[in-house]
Amino acid sequence: MSERIGAVPATYMGEGSGPRAWLLTTDHKRVAWLYLVALTVFFFLGGAMAVLIRVELATPAGDLVSDDAYDRLFSIHGIIMVWFFLVPSIPATLGNFLLPLMIGARDLAFPRLNLASWYVFIFGSGFTLYSVIAGGVDTGWTFYTPFSTMFSNSYVSAAAFGVFIVGFSTIMTGINFIVTVHKLRAPGLTWFRLPIFVWTMYATALVMVLATPVLAASLILIVLERVFGIGVFDPGLGGDPLLFQHLFWFYSHPAVYIMILPGMGVVSEILPCFSRRPLFGYTAVALSSMAIAIFGFLVWGHHMFVSGQSAYAGLVFSFLSYCVAIPSAIKVFNWSLTLRKGEIAFETSMLYALGFLGLFTFGGLAGLFLAALAVDVHVHDTYFVVAHFHYIMVGGMVTAFMAGIHFWWPKITGRMYSETWGRIAAIVTFLGFNLTFFPQYVLGFLGMPRRYHAYPPEFAFWHILSSAGAVVLALGYLMPLFSLGWSLFRGPRAPDNPWRATGLEWKTTSPPPPHNFDETPVVDGPPYRYPLAEDGA
Amino acid sequence: MSFGIPFAPEQASSLAPGVDHLFYALLAFTFALGIFLSALVIGYSVKYRAGSPADRSGERSRSAPLEIAWTTATLVVAFAIFAWGAVLFMGREHPPADAIEIAGLGKQWMWQFRHPGGQREIDELHVPVGRAVVVSLASQDVIHSFFVPAFRVKQDAVPGRTTHVWFTATEPGRFHLFCAEYCGTEHSGMVGWVVAMQPEDYAAWLERQGSGDTLAQQGEKLFRALGCSGCHENSTAVRAPDLHGVYGRPVALANSQTVMADERYLRDSILQPAREVAAGYEPVMPSFDGLVDEGELQMLLSYLKSLSPKEASP
Repeated sequence: MSERIGAVPATYMGEGSGPRAWLLTTDHKRVAWLYLVALTVFFFLGGAMAVLIRVELATPAGDLVSDDAYDRLFSIHGIIMVWFFLVPSIPATLGNFLLPLMIGARDLAFPRLNLASWYVFIFGSGFTLYSVIAGGVDTGWTFYTPFSTMFSNSYVSAAAFGVFIVGFSTIMTGINFIVTVHKLRAPGLTWFRLPIFVWTMYATALVMVLATPVLAASLILIVLERVFGIGVFDPGLGGDPLLFQHLFWFYSHPAVYIMILPGMGVVSEILPCFSRRPLFGYTAVALSSMAIAIFGFLVWGHHMFVSGQSAYAGLVFSFLSYCVAIPSAIKVFNWSLTLRKGEIAFETSMLYALGFLGLFTFGGLAGLFLAALAVDVHVHDTYFVVAHFHYIMVGGMVTAFMAGIHFWWPKITGRMYSETWGRIAAIVTFLGFNLTFFPQYVLGFLGMPRRYHAYPPEFAFWHILSSAGAVVLALGYLMPLFSLGWSLFRGPRAPDNPWRATGLEWKTTSPPPPHNFDETPVVDGPPYRYPLAEDGA
Repeated sequence: MSFGIPFAPEQASSLAPGVDHLFYALLAFTFALGIFLSALVIGYSVKYRAGSPADRSGERSRSAPLEIAWTTATLVVAFAIFAWGAVLFMGREHPPADAIEIAGLGKQWMWQFRHPGGQREIDELHVPVGRAVVVSLASQDVIHSFFVPAFRVKQDAVPGRTTHVWFTATEPGRFHLFCAEYCGTEHSGMVGWVVAMQPEDYAAWLERQGSGDTLAQQGEKLFRALGCSGCHENSTAVRAPDLHGVYGRPVALANSQTVMADERYLRDSILQPAREVAAGYEPVMPSFDGLVDEGELQMLLSYLKSLSPKEASP
């Protein structure tokens, strides 16, 4: 740990202040902050909608909000959480901040494109928010046709157009990351010396660039049919409603991996660090990220087993879905084995990472039920599906996001936070999450359909548990807002490498200087060379 | 024992036990693996906590045999689950030949069912126990989904096409019918009941509904009222295909392709007659798109199907 006495070295945070210096910056570290602020706002906005939904569902009757209002709540909750939080979450914040640092670069390959992506994101998401204020959208985040094109009386076109715009920001980030990883690695940093976080960012970026255009195309087709009556999806106009589902899930299933691969990257950094052990089976973990990215494109039809799609197509998609389960399982085994014979310390980010491991596993195992054709017929479009994807997206990705924010917070801000409060928040989040979403697995098996504003009273017991859990979960997410907020202004100064971690980002100062490294680092070995010599015996 | 808290849905169809066997097998596997992994992670966390006296010699960060072993094991388990689910699923494709055919129609926000005898009901479906029932599903507007949890069946009703779902009720009783595909404002109000009755009760129920025309007879009346019969039966002015026995047979088209005359073909030929013209006929038939609603289309299809002997149906 370095002691600094005398002049404070220049940091990216000190390089000019005031809105102009931040809003016109091309420094990837400041762009990461711009994203972090915007995404935090969206996360709590989407979370507030979720709380309202859970309060409504605490009683069987639809008594808190009207059915139309309820439909708008879950639609905008999904749209905000998927496109304005989860897809950009780790890539645009931690990825933006860390990718150049981890590979020893001064910035991303295209710094101005990076800033532009933020403006496109703000413009697109603002457009969608406008549609909410103007009257809302009631199609669900899935925009299924012909409901969305011919029957919905809400602001579908505006909402879809906003998501369309945000897609460009995703593509910009994806291109930037791909080029950066290919071209800007430090001398000696070969592909199989890359930290897993970089591998997952690379796999995510590939999916972003290849899948998002299909989403853009399908959203534009919705707008064309809705506004100009051009028949694409509505059978009344000679279209095919299932065509939309194929296009939508061709994007949205790979997008599920956009929303989980980065989380896998984060925990692959944290588990070795706090176990003081190299990541078990590094090569398999790295390649399984690529396998997930590739197989992820071939399984979209498993969302459509009862849609009227051919049963033989269903067979193929079910088979391929089991293929994509294998690399995920491999990762879980490798993470677990990483702990073996370690010197495990339970800092805040480690608790979040272990929470991720448990929640991701139980979310992933539920996927085995959903991919099994005959079982899916029963649980499709029920709360079983809702529980499954919340275990992956929230239990997995959001927990990993919290883990990552806490892990790299000292590097990003140069400040430490309260470990006690951090640990309490991690545990409260884990318990609240399970209380909220485990009952939803039972509800789904019982046959409770999704997107119901009111429900038969026999489901009430499990709904009440779930709603109670949502309160605990909300508390768990609010706590870091305050503890990290306090740290940002009042926290003790952080050393350069508080966790004694490997990785180039820890070799520079906390917070890093504007150009990251005083001299270009040279890499001479594999990542995760734990334990460090200074760890002692 | 369960204090009135429900843990599992009722089993009331012939399919339900098979689906539940797979479900509970998966549940057992999931809990076994989940508990094993949890025990592993918690065990390591305790044993190898920083500063513990545990022996740490012989550590390694890779093991090809172990990695190959768990990858292979995962593959085997995954493909076994796939095969089990697939075999059960394919049973959905082949309803028994003697199944009662009921026409189901979803529209915002209600279910309408028509029995073969012409009896019509809204948001309730009466079926006999012990006899297979095929519900042919259509939608008047958006996508709906026919979901009976106690039967473990679900099938989307998609506008512009006919889909099918079949089941054999095994227990008499009233079972929830839900719309499972989000369909707009009153989606959660698009619920009803499937009433499974002993065959004699079902027969009595049908009797009480009054004896009007059968569904096929209603279709036949429509066939005349719309003027279809003017060309398709004994016409001298316009030559059009005779529709007796067409359903379930291959039809040669003017573009020298051959298609099976299934529900899809009959439906499309009524709504978009110029698309697949039978060989040897002029494309003179007008479209009935907008002139018949989905319910009337179901009557017409029922009539056309009644013109083919039962064993010819695909």
